[in-house]
Amino acid sequence: MPTRALTIATLAAALVFPLVAAPLGWEYYLGFASRIMIYAIAASSLNLILGYGGMVSFGHAAFLGAGAYAVGILMAEGVASAWIAWPVAIVLAALFALVIGAISLRTRGVYFIMITLAFAQMMYYVFISMKEYGGDDGLNLPTRSVVGLGLDLKSDATFYYLALASLVATLYGLNRLVHARFGRVIEAIRENETRMEAVGFSTYRYKLVCFVIAGAVCGFAGALLANQGNFVSPRLLDWAQSGSLMIMVILGGIGHLYGGAIGAVVLLALEEVLSSYTIYWQLPVGMILLAIVLFAPQGLAGAFARTRRS
Amino acid sequence: MSWILILEQTLNGLQFGLMLFLLAAGLTLVFGIMDMINLAHGSLYMVGAYLMAACVQATGSFVWGLVLAVAGTALIGMALEVALLRRLYQRDHLTQVLATFALILIANELVRLVFGSQPVLLNTPAALSGPVDLLPGLSYSSYRLLIIAVGMAVAVLLYVLVAKTRTGMLVRAGASNREMATAMGVNIRTLFTIVFGVGAALCAIAGAMLGPILAVQVGMGENILILAFVVIVIGGIGSIRGALVGSLLVGIVDTIGRTLLPVLFREFLPPAYASNLGPAVASILIYVLMAAVLFWKPQGLFPARG
Amino acid sequence: MRKNMIALAVLALVAAGAQAADRVKVGFVSTLSGPQGAPGIDSRDGFQLAVKMLGGKLGDLPVEVLVADDQFNPEAGKQVVERFVKRDRVDFVTGIIYSNVLLAAGPTAFEAKVPYVSSNAGPSQLAGSGCNPYFVSAAWQNDGSHEASGQYATNKGFKTVYLLAPNYPAGKDALTGFKRFYQGKVVDEVYPKLGQLDFAAELAQVRAAKPDAVYAFMPGGMGVNFIKQYVAAGLSKDIQLVLPGFSADEDTIKAVGEPMLGLFNPAHWSPDLDNAENKRFVAAFEKEYGRIPSAYAAQGFDAALMMDGAIRAMKGKIEDRDALMRALKTGKYRSVRGDYKMNNNGFPIQTYYLRVVGKDAQGRIVNKTIGTVFTNHGDAYAKDCKLK
Repeated sequence: MPTRALTIATLAAALVFPLVAAPLGWEYYLGFASRIMIYAIAASSLNLILGYGGMVSFGHAAFLGAGAYAVGILMAEGVASAWIAWPVAIVLAALFALVIGAISLRTRGVYFIMITLAFAQMMYYVFISMKEYGGDDGLNLPTRSVVGLGLDLKSDATFYYLALASLVATLYGLNRLVHARFGRVIEAIRENETRMEAVGFSTYRYKLVCFVIAGAVCGFAGALLANQGNFVSPRLLDWAQSGSLMIMVILGGIGHLYGGAIGAVVLLALEEVLSSYTIYWQLPVGMILLAIVLFAPQGLAGAFARTRRS
Repeated sequence: MSWILILEQTLNGLQFGLMLFLLAAGLTLVFGIMDMINLAHGSLYMVGAYLMAACVQATGSFVWGLVLAVAGTALIGMALEVALLRRLYQRDHLTQVLATFALILIANELVRLVFGSQPVLLNTPAALSGPVDLLPGLSYSSYRLLIIAVGMAVAVLLYVLVAKTRTGMLVRAGASNREMATAMGVNIRTLFTIVFGVGAALCAIAGAMLGPILAVQVGMGENILILAFVVIVIGGIGSIRGALVGSLLVGIVDTIGRTLLPVLFREFLPPAYASNLGPAVASILIYVLMAAVLFWKPQGLFPARG
Repeated sequence: MRKNMIALAVLALVAAGAQAADRVKVGFVSTLSGPQGAPGIDSRDGFQLAVKMLGGKLGDLPVEVLVADDQFNPEAGKQVVERFVKRDRVDFVTGIIYSNVLLAAGPTAFEAKVPYVSSNAGPSQLAGSGCNPYFVSAAWQNDGSHEASGQYATNKGFKTVYLLAPNYPAGKDALTGFKRFYQGKVVDEVYPKLGQLDFAAELAQVRAAKPDAVYAFMPGGMGVNFIKQYVAAGLSKDIQLVLPGFSADEDTIKAVGEPMLGLFNPAHWSPDLDNAENKRFVAAFEKEYGRIPSAYAAQGFDAALMMDGAIRAMKGKIEDRDALMRALKTGKYRSVRGDYKMNNNGFPIQTYYLRVVGKDAQGRIVNKTIGTVFTNHGDAYAKDCKLK
């Protein structure tokens, strides 16, 4: 785990970034950075169930989509207030997670992977079928959610700070959760579920709660994402998107606190930098991913932790 | 609803289902015997189609193109297995998913580097570009009939191979109980490579045959890959018979979704909505079926394992 | 002293970031890959040819054209336009072929008050009550050639027609336009998924319905596959196929070949249109790229000429966006279509010709103009647009 000094330095840099962005002509990158931070939230929520909980969900993008569409559909119906739309997004994603989790967690191993995939695909096609809300073509959001309190989310800088605050809150919450009793139980279940059952824990219930929490957080990320791009499309629920989130977690460090965040930053930054050099940017990304999976399965955070210890 | 229409749609569903079967068969064997989730299976399908287009251009012959494409893809598949994939057998499923996902990215870009971003031209052989009069009032594309014929031939061949030959027996042994097969002295490593090669060859046949009807383009394998996974889950991991039944089932549902359902929905919805809802509902049904099988009968409809 | 130096430095930075009016930046975004990429590539080639023929300048200002691929994906297209507008600070955005991409990405340009000059997509959503002051079309409104086709079908006396178009805004515009001018009976209206390439199921339905004719709008790769499969299924023997100009464009002809001979298709442009600009354009295009241009290329070419005319009229002072839009909409430029007028909603009022696919003097398969369907035809939505 990175040192406290490094964490504070990163946070300070992130806080200062919008102030230097304007004079340098980098306003576009405020939007880009916001996007990265939102994906960091989503990837961190996946890290909770995947890294700490050992639940290999191949359908996590479904919750991203649920949150995004909640915002999009409400706005299409005339409800633009963030105070209504965002809680609805979180609750809707949590409900999806409850239903999907309740059914999927009854299965094990590869069947769990497959059934979470199946549910995400189902949701994908449900949103495609909603032609009134764009279907395949997606839905444009005319404005960002209205927050009031003198904050206008249309300003890229304001939105950036909102995303940053959300990411910090998410990581703080994640930290508290994994160090609390709940987190220890979840990790113990990952290590040896049979033993935990024998000792008397209702492992199914713990896993389900964990799954719902992750879903809800991811739903919030979805709501932010819809706002950031002013656009929602069923592609957000595609299995390739779920795969992308998994890549972020592995890249950053599975089961490490900052794993999801680091992975999101690295993957999206790589994509942006490489695509300005070559249209074949997915080739080096694929190779890096392959290398990490084969030789450094603990990801970047894991490698960092190891070098620090030695 | 004329019976000519029903017959034609049945043929269409059969054509789609048989090609899906070719992919699903290879996938289910790899999954069943080596216990490996291989997302790059769709990339082998893509490579098969591209090799076909290139070989037909080079040789001017459809048949030679097919032979070379299948052989080439099988070789590539086996090389991949030996060089890379056999390291994944012992690893957990998450690792396999991510590693093969990475392979999809790499394969797509390599193909794009070699062949470019535009689809490559692959035409049906001139002799088969027209219709055949099956019945008065029903002329069906002769090329699609060829696809059905090839699909059926391969299905029969696979059955003979798996059920009647020694290699097939080893394969079935490996699928139902790997440890026992190893203990009995079967050379597992070679067997695995051969199985992977056969799977790759099957993909190539499907890619090569479907290329003229669809488009030979980068990423063409991804959509059909996910359907193949649905099929093998429904049919039973490791079971070829299950793959066949599952594929035909999915083929029929897909065809119904594109034709019968929109007709039904047009009764009370505007045409654009009805046309959209039909296939979407069919897809949702397929995934509901997949989830249901995973929940109630995870071994599938035709379990390979005892 | 230090304070002055700092102030100077900041001023220099600000000035560097500010807009320099001695160059023009154009953001060209289109579908350049995949089966639906041929129209986009044609459009880009036409645009770049025009720039080349103008000496690398638009309106006497040196121009930088940034080209990007929307990958046939509305969200990607939207992100590209956002990058163009916010990071690259382009003066114009153009190039989008597909209406679903335009409807997603267009608002990003409109919000930033960056002029969007359409080199193809013309959805009805932007022609009527949703019309936008920062939108102008150098091409057509989506219903146009379909209305002409409907009229053609009526003139030919087809009593029943079966309609097919992809399920996206332009597809819906297409069949709405067709039905507006077709007087006979529509047997069925089917919308396959956009990007679908295998039409076996739909063709079986067509056979069962036994219409007099089939009208199919299938852009790009969809069209190539549809026509080939239509012929392979034996339908071309009994049921006449009618296509709009865009489904019988030169790229489709190149891919499909002989089976297309004899196909009638209305369009607002044809390679053999008899005016000086067009002759020059077609000759230059064939010389540069070794193929006959399609309407997509002609529209890309015209988009560049339209920008050139407007910048010239503004004498290079393009920062005044509202005046620039007026110049774009009212300015005269030498279009390859000949003279045409502009409607209040930014769309052309133009002539639609009847073309047939035949062989030219060199034995190549081309589109030939054989008549006119509509003269000075405006779109049906202009009256709902509040712009002047």
